[in-house]
Amino acid sequence: MLDFHKNHKNLVVTALTVFAGLSIIIAVLPAFQMQDYEPLPNQPGMTPNESAGLNIYVTENCAACHTQQVRNIEMDNVWGERPSIPSDYYYSKKRLGFLRQSPSLLGSERTGPDLTSIGKRQPGKEWHLLHLYNPRIVVKESIMPSYPWLFEELDSTSVRENDVLVPVPEKYLSKKGNKVIASQEAIQLVSYLQALKQTPMPDASTVGFIPSSKINENDENETGGKGTVNGENLYMQVCAACHQQNGQGLKGAFPPLAGSDVVNDPDYDLMVKIILQGYDARSEYGQMPGFAEQLDDAEIAAIVNHERTSWGNEGEVITEADVKRIRDFVMQLNQ
Amino acid sequence: MKKRLQLLTITALFPIITTAQSEPISTENWLQNPGIIGTIILLLIVFFLAVIILLYRFNSFIDKYKWKQLKKNELAFSEEILNLNDDEIDVILEKRKKALKYTLEGSELGSDKEVFDKKGLISKVTNEPDNPLFDEKKKSLLGLETPEELKKIIIYYLSAAVIWLVFGTLVGQYLGMKFVWPEMDSQSWLSFGRLRPVHTNTVFWGWASLAMIGLGYFVIARTSNTKIFSYKNARIAWVLINASLVIGNLSLMAGVNNGGGEYREYVWPIMLLFAIGLIMTFHNFYKTVANRKISEIYISNWFLLAALGWTIILSTIAYLPFYQDGLGETIIQGYYMHMGVGMWFMTFTLGLVYYFLPSALNKPIYSYSLGVLAFWTQMLFYTLIGTHHFVFSPLPWWLQTVAIVFSAGMFIPVVAGTTNFFMTMKGTWNNISKSYVLPFFLVGVVFYFVGSTQGSFQAFRFTNYVWHFTDFNVAHSHMTMYGIITFLLWACIYSLIPKLTGKEPPQAFVGAHFWMAFIGLFAYMMSLMAGGTLRGLSWIEGNAFIESVILMKPYWLWRAVGGSFMFLSHLIFAYNFYYMVKKRKVIGATDILVEEKLKTQN
Repeated sequence: MLDFHKNHKNLVVTALTVFAGLSIIIAVLPAFQMQDYEPLPNQPGMTPNESAGLNIYVTENCAACHTQQVRNIEMDNVWGERPSIPSDYYYSKKRLGFLRQSPSLLGSERTGPDLTSIGKRQPGKEWHLLHLYNPRIVVKESIMPSYPWLFEELDSTSVRENDVLVPVPEKYLSKKGNKVIASQEAIQLVSYLQALKQTPMPDASTVGFIPSSKINENDENETGGKGTVNGENLYMQVCAACHQQNGQGLKGAFPPLAGSDVVNDPDYDLMVKIILQGYDARSEYGQMPGFAEQLDDAEIAAIVNHERTSWGNEGEVITEADVKRIRDFVMQLNQ
Repeated sequence: MKKRLQLLTITALFPIITTAQSEPISTENWLQNPGIIGTIILLLIVFFLAVIILLYRFNSFIDKYKWKQLKKNELAFSEEILNLNDDEIDVILEKRKKALKYTLEGSELGSDKEVFDKKGLISKVTNEPDNPLFDEKKKSLLGLETPEELKKIIIYYLSAAVIWLVFGTLVGQYLGMKFVWPEMDSQSWLSFGRLRPVHTNTVFWGWASLAMIGLGYFVIARTSNTKIFSYKNARIAWVLINASLVIGNLSLMAGVNNGGGEYREYVWPIMLLFAIGLIMTFHNFYKTVANRKISEIYISNWFLLAALGWTIILSTIAYLPFYQDGLGETIIQGYYMHMGVGMWFMTFTLGLVYYFLPSALNKPIYSYSLGVLAFWTQMLFYTLIGTHHFVFSPLPWWLQTVAIVFSAGMFIPVVAGTTNFFMTMKGTWNNISKSYVLPFFLVGVVFYFVGSTQGSFQAFRFTNYVWHFTDFNVAHSHMTMYGIITFLLWACIYSLIPKLTGKEPPQAFVGAHFWMAFIGLFAYMMSLMAGGTLRGLSWIEGNAFIESVILMKPYWLWRAVGGSFMFLSHLIFAYNFYYMVKKRKVIGATDILVEEKLKTQN
């Protein structure tokens, strides 16, 4: 018999073989099968710049605080339109080289927001650069570390022509009048972050989220828009990163909404158009991306109403139908 | 009876786990969810443990107070006598006079002989024999005959472990403070992302692993009644493991990591050094057991040998590249990070406890068969639960379900182990207030039950829904790696080293170490658990993310406070350890050597 109590050989060999066998069944074989997946047909590949950015993402170990997985439960719906599927990770599945394995991007801690579609939520390059230089410039309460070693602070005479300037407010500079320029690494990292977005499923067949009854109940009670969306909450999620919670914006980067002529104008057309299409008409501010795809009419109406009635603004309230009218008009123009 | 109850609970829980994944999850009655209730009960257990230990102390203090009260009553009685009339007094005085006239010869007890403590039995004279709060603990009188070579090996390993503990938790404390003051520094090599793995890897591979191996050398030689197969290999392995830590930590701070998977951040050439160290240790342990002078293999050695072998297998699986591209890597990551904890730290430490707990109590382990049951179930169940770190992720649903089901199955080895340890302690509870080692064992064993069971609860669908991705995970890992592993290792160290060196640590300092570590851990985990739960609920509500960050701020502050207590207790522990090993001449010399070597490597 095996006689484990007295035969050390049998004991060790049995314990190790069974463990190795179980490990192969539970880990190695599933892992081996799991490698085998293809990208979605319309999924864009990674540019060299983006790959280099991924490398910096790994070097700085961003995954310690940021996940990149939208779970199939309703609370994760804010991070993406559909739950993540294996194909989403196709272009990061290569080893990072001889020394390093393929990057662990799913993460296990959400100390900071999920980054699955950060490129859609925060499309602007200026925002990302400012945020990396010092997150508290754009998000006051953030506890993310600053990454000043990805930037260079120069006095204004030594700035070269091709340098990418970052509009850092004066109080964050070591000397008044200095300029901050982004290093190549910063630009690569930002281009990686900008590229992070979910590819839509090809046949419009969406994988559903497991619903949470609390959220549905809540929605009925909330005010704003047509009684289904909360404008303030949406503003906090979508707009506040740039225009700030208090609507004051950020000098040199993002214009204020409090007291803005566009926001207070009785004619709301321009305001809704800017939200739908984006805006890049004023050189003293960064470029604003359009949100036509990301937000539906009711959501835009809710946000507009929140902006027009907060921080001392006194604009009239608009409805979902108003937004729909402008959206249709804009669509026609584009065709 | 207890077993049957356990089985009943498990079968009762399975339906919840295995139901289809599409029904809506309601957070309305989240407080009534079995996983949450279970966790709260478990936390209360820990709380009551602390209260009971304190009550014990308080009780003896009250006793002392009562005794004083008694004296007062006596005084009152004498005053009463003063008020008696003359005749009554005369009668009493006559009696008393007679009694007083009786005198002793003076030599009834042999006091005419000269008294001298020839054998050195009296070590301390005290004028306050029963001061209850700072009671003097029992000394461990037994010296163990251990070969000088083995003593050196053990002290080498433990010294390195202590230094890594102080370094690793200093880093941890610094990271905890960064949650409160994110602008503390802006050096790339001190940034949060790079430093976090330095903390985890240092306390894993530096503190816990080296301490375990050091203590393991003693157990394996002692219970095999033979000497270690090769002292030289033990020293080489020591150098390799320490080298991998020094190089690994430097490379992490320089931004060279393996791709971000937790606990395998060291790139493979560095981890290879560690693996070779492990293989040499395994070989050494195996050969020592093979040369044993008794026919039976003591249960501790089952755990030690298996832990070493399993860890070699799992780190090999973790680093081989053939099945690890993309999501394959994620499956291996879940497997590896859980097996690292379960098959290495937990298994090895349990092995140590099977020796050190009975030896500290001077009685045999309650049940050998329960130990064997715990061993095989540990292997079968623990191995299968890795994917519970990725519930609701894009990994195959069957894999997630297996992980959840066997997480519940973990109750069996945990209950088997805890029962065994508690039944061994049964009947010797009084010793707890008389020993400075047993409180560490008690806390470790209670956390073994609480931490592991809480982990099983956390794998359930609803609890995972609330807690996953929040700081609750951080609380759980400290509850287990600190509450279980570290407390048990301290217990083993405090019970072994005085016997090797003949030098006991100052007891007030051991007490300070115990209480600061315990209170610190309690503050740490309670704040993160409360904050983590609120954070998860805030996410479910659909609030803006930044609100959950603002919500966490006070909890992060309390975490940093708890962490400071823990860190300070480690400084005291380091001093106690130094005190225990410094005095003896031979060992003093090697100890300095060890420290110097480490300094040059750092």
